[in-house]
Amino acid sequence: MTQDTADRARGLVHQTMVFEDGITLDCGVHIRPLRVAYRTYGRLNEERSNAILICHALTGDQYVAETHPLTGKPGWWQLLVGPGRPVDTERFFVVCANVLGGCMGSTGPNTEMTDETGRGLGRPWGIDFPPVTIRDMVRAQLRLIDALGIGRLFSVIGGSMGGMQVLEWASLFPTRVFSAIPIATAAYHSAQNIAFHEIGRQAIHADPNFHGGRYWEHGVVPARGLAVARMTAHITYLSEEALTRKFGRRLRTGPMLTFSNDLFEVESYLQHQGSTFVRRFDANSYLTITRAMDYFDLAAEHGGSLAAAFRNSPVRFCVVSFSSDWLFPTAMSREIVRALNAAAANVSFVEIASDKGHDAFLLDEPDLFRTVSGFLHGAAERWR
Amino acid sequence: MPESPLGGTRSGRPLSDRLDLRLIAEMVEPGSRVLDIGCGDGTLLDILVHEREVDGRGIEIDMGLVTAAVAQGLAVIHGDADSDLAFYPDQAFDYVILSRTLQATERPREVLAQMLRIGRRAIVSFPNFGHWLIRWKLLVTGRMPRTSVLDRPWYDTPNIHLCTIADFFALCEAEGYTVEQWLGVDEAGRKTPWRRNRRLANLFAEQGLFLLTRNPPARGSQGR
Repeated sequence: MTQDTADRARGLVHQTMVFEDGITLDCGVHIRPLRVAYRTYGRLNEERSNAILICHALTGDQYVAETHPLTGKPGWWQLLVGPGRPVDTERFFVVCANVLGGCMGSTGPNTEMTDETGRGLGRPWGIDFPPVTIRDMVRAQLRLIDALGIGRLFSVIGGSMGGMQVLEWASLFPTRVFSAIPIATAAYHSAQNIAFHEIGRQAIHADPNFHGGRYWEHGVVPARGLAVARMTAHITYLSEEALTRKFGRRLRTGPMLTFSNDLFEVESYLQHQGSTFVRRFDANSYLTITRAMDYFDLAAEHGGSLAAAFRNSPVRFCVVSFSSDWLFPTAMSREIVRALNAAAANVSFVEIASDKGHDAFLLDEPDLFRTVSGFLHGAAERWR
Repeated sequence: MPESPLGGTRSGRPLSDRLDLRLIAEMVEPGSRVLDIGCGDGTLLDILVHEREVDGRGIEIDMGLVTAAVAQGLAVIHGDADSDLAFYPDQAFDYVILSRTLQATERPREVLAQMLRIGRRAIVSFPNFGHWLIRWKLLVTGRMPRTSVLDRPWYDTPNIHLCTIADFFALCEAEGYTVEQWLGVDEAGRKTPWRRNRRLANLFAEQGLFLLTRNPPARGSQGR
């Protein structure tokens, strides 16, 4: 059973916009129809000037500021987005869409495969889902923003892969974006980033339940492989200090090593992360989205010059990095800032001191909240 | 004009009591593009943006101050004068401001050259090491002088390239910069009466404040 049908079996229906004419992807394939699952918070004002798009990261989804319907956990960015929060839903109309290729209702590997006329083929796309890019994800989001009647977004905000989408939005549709906050991200996926993703993908491929990506035909999911992928990735989201502070060398099994069946706290934590992840995420989706991140290289899309991606940009940027993030280190944010300076764009840049690693963008970081809320206030003064 | 998403009220901020910032602000034409290097928490930028309606940007090395400035809605990046100016295109700004920071840069001559590459004009202020009290203290005590402006001991000061007003005039001449305006400024940041006389200013002004252009003036709209 795939996630999509599993969700329906649970009575879970995602709020979705369907575009019958579909979308042409960077790889040349045309998919129709295009489904974009999304959530909105707050109210669009009469001027339609208060819309903010939140872009989610690799394993995030559209449930940014509410209890997740599947896991029952708080929204993944509820600290940043909500009533009275820096992205205040009492003032802003916040939109968040599940990315193209995702597994929470948007067109992706676990939705029904269609032919070129849009006719359903009675099976999920699975491994046959065409490769997508960050640009494709953004184009799909644009369809949603158009359909919601939003001419120009007041801001586009996202961390990690969400930050890549933010950069792509500002570059592709500069007149549709007033301000942009790319957080803990980069203008390209580095060799190290790609390498870690490949370990995850290989783990999925190596799972006997993967069945060449057609696991639904066998009524199984490659849970072990996907869990290992998640565990590896999770290590890259944390810093050594954060791991030490949280777990140290403590044992789950007892006060002392017995040299048989010992379990360190950190092992137990990772296993938990892995096993809860497979309940909400589709393996083929994981393969598709990690690949989209690997493909991302904004400078390459503009003849090798990152500054060319932002030439004459009217967008106001606020770039944020975290000091202990080694997956998307500050140096990569600084490259973005320098390119924006070279393009004479309006940019703010803050490196926030934190020992929590890449994950810091999702956690309680008062400096992040102050920065985002101050930047949005400053931008609001200059909205025209 | 469309309604601002947040109603468009700006948080009131007390105007600076650093009068030298006022003098700098008066040098800047309203509506121009300005880069403030070493902008601190954005006090000058805030004045420029809200009173002179400039398109203002800032660079600051102290992360805490950057966060404070950005949190006020100012366009400030974390960086420093020595390494980050090279990334801006030619003539991107009408004014590039360096207030009380030149003496703390590693290569002040290169920083000035970059300022006049990326901006049509440079505004520079610095503590005048030729002030009589500094000369007197060095003469009498034989120790590195400390004043209210230069208040840190020699081993703990960020000010590694101090100069006098006379030194600065000499550098401008050597580099071919035109001094369009200059002022001697006292400790509180008021204009001093010595501004017509370089030698008196070099003795009695606590700070020098200069408005420079490149000689010959750089080409108009190049590189935009």
